[in-house]
Amino acid sequence: MTIGRPLLQGAALGVLALADLVLIVPTLIGTALTALGFIFFFPPVTTVIRWRTGVARSLSGRWLDMRVRPSYMPPPPPPQPQADGWYRHDRHLYKTPWWPAWNNRWKWMFTDPATWRDMFWLLFNPVVGGVLLLLPVALVAYGLAMPWYWIPQAAPLGLAIAAAGVASAPWLLRFYAWWTRLLLSPTAASILAGHIRRLDQVRLETVDSQAAELRRIERDLHDGTQARLVAIGMMLGAVEELMDSDPTAAKVLLAKVREGSSTALIELRDLVKGIHPPVLAERGLGDAVRALALDSPLKVTVTVDLKKRLDAPVESAVYFSVSELLTNAARHGGAERVWIDISNRGRSLRVTVGDDGSGGADPARGSGLSGIERRLAAFDGVLALSSPPGGPTAATIDLPHVLPEPTLARPPLPRWKLAIVSVGWGLAWLPLFPQGIVTMIMKLVGADVRSWFLALYLPEPWQWPLIAFNIVLGLTLYGLALGIPIAHARRYPEAPNAGICAGAGR
Amino acid sequence: MSLRVVIAEDLYLLRDGLVHLLQAHGFEVVAAVESGPELLAALVSERPDVAVVDVRLPPTFTDEGLQAALAAREAVSGLPVLVLSQHVEQLYARELLADGSGAVGYLLKDRVFNAEQFVDAVRRVAAGGTAMDPEVIAKLLASTARHEPLGALTPREREVLELMAEGRSNAAISQRLFLSESAVGKHTAGIFGKLGLAPSDDDNRRVLAVLTYLNAARG
Repeated sequence: MTIGRPLLQGAALGVLALADLVLIVPTLIGTALTALGFIFFFPPVTTVIRWRTGVARSLSGRWLDMRVRPSYMPPPPPPQPQADGWYRHDRHLYKTPWWPAWNNRWKWMFTDPATWRDMFWLLFNPVVGGVLLLLPVALVAYGLAMPWYWIPQAAPLGLAIAAAGVASAPWLLRFYAWWTRLLLSPTAASILAGHIRRLDQVRLETVDSQAAELRRIERDLHDGTQARLVAIGMMLGAVEELMDSDPTAAKVLLAKVREGSSTALIELRDLVKGIHPPVLAERGLGDAVRALALDSPLKVTVTVDLKKRLDAPVESAVYFSVSELLTNAARHGGAERVWIDISNRGRSLRVTVGDDGSGGADPARGSGLSGIERRLAAFDGVLALSSPPGGPTAATIDLPHVLPEPTLARPPLPRWKLAIVSVGWGLAWLPLFPQGIVTMIMKLVGADVRSWFLALYLPEPWQWPLIAFNIVLGLTLYGLALGIPIAHARRYPEAPNAGICAGAGR
Repeated sequence: MSLRVVIAEDLYLLRDGLVHLLQAHGFEVVAAVESGPELLAALVSERPDVAVVDVRLPPTFTDEGLQAALAAREAVSGLPVLVLSQHVEQLYARELLADGSGAVGYLLKDRVFNAEQFVDAVRRVAAGGTAMDPEVIAKLLASTARHEPLGALTPREREVLELMAEGRSNAAISQRLFLSESAVGKHTAGIFGKLGLAPSDDDNRRVLAVLTYLNAARG
């Protein structure tokens, strides 16, 4: 079975590759027509080719164990109508979105390098696939058939040819997989394009929510504090006038001024709390969440396992996310108890908020949950929600790489290892050179000097073993002296920018 | 004899205002400092009768003042401290009350506007009592609202409980609610009975019992 499989798979792929000849004809005609200006033929041809390469990609993953991801640029977004209801494409206006969509689609296919790479793959696939993959099958068939039909004496040769066919099949399949991946896998450019597109979206959302936040703060300040201060100023002016003529009225007004300033302070306090809660600035995430828990009407259990403070923007995003989740648990979930767990795994932060409520939370419906996702997206964070109807609900926030890098200094070598290293460097030369190699040379040339070469004093049968032992001992000592520090360094890798993070992490 | 007081506040205008206010009411200001380390040094060396401390102080502008006050209370047990802040947190109130010895206050800075009440609070803390901001108590009660025995209180008893938790004496409560002192006494007895607390004639101990009860009810 294992022998036959590559053969069969190769045969199937090879036949499929030969069948591509059928596709090549319309492809060439369509491309030629496009070149002549009949651009309508291009999208259908491209669509067919993409279908065919899609099949090749999935077969490559399933049979050849070489996963090839699609390589196309992201498709264009649907055209948006202008304010007057018309659709614009370049300098033309259209009544329906059909034409701009078609134009965008054409441009998307035509400018994507993957389209042309697909076409190149299709053109050469019958040659590469057809020849390479059908070769083993042909060899086996020929090797087995030859002795019977033509030359019976050549049976061994025939078997050898068949065996060569069987043996070569996996190799050729591997080569074919490589060829498919070479042309059909995403290029660096399209991978980057995907990244950029995602980052673009996140940036847009971040900027948007930031702008909305600023607008809210501006409105609150304008309608609240600013108006109150104006009123206070006016009242103080009136007090100034009344002071001499009607001190009683002035006193009444002053009481009002004090009241006004109190209200202004209360409003400012609420505003500040919405921008950046003071307890977060003063104590960090752990205590800020504990303070949240204390203010909540629910029974909230908080466990925090964080050694260091996070960066302020991350702290703030997590704080407001937890706050929102807590509010949801109280308002919609009908929960009584809530568990909040904040911990880190390496440099990633994980926050879990679970409650015993009735569940059924859906990120698609609740604007609060999508707000959390937006907040977290700025840090590549994700919100995972498990909330079956009937509960319980568990929300998990994962933020990768937000904690400062561990600034562990490498521990020094243990003393016994240090001793081995220094003995190695200090003494390894002794067995290796004079007692080992030099003695060996003396022995080989048959010199008549014994000097201090210990091995030469021994009886004849023990001389060579001792020389070999000395050489091995010397090499071992050198190996240990070199290897122990290297192994130590590998076990405690020092963070490359530990210094920077120590400064930023505080 | 006038009470000796240490003031810690980083804003010059407010510090100066506090000094004048307290001096005008017969306090002796022995030190007016503007940072956490200075405060700790002043508290330990001067041993004032009461300290008025802003939570947020240089150099870190975090909860430096609170930490210095807590540290000083560890060094000088029962040192009366009145903490002022732009915002109140149950978390901080708990930490101040944690050692159970009383003589702490925690007020919003706005309360300084009403000089008489503020000075009254300072005197209360200096005398070993407590002065909790109404907002802290309101938050505490809001988050314990579902708790069983608290729900059994009559609206009047609840009002009395709030004022008691702020640290006021029976006399002050009766004045505030326009009740006779004996009526207030009846209400407090009712509250203690419903909450299952041992009654006590000592105002300070009574307040601490109530606050401890409320904090415990938070879970």
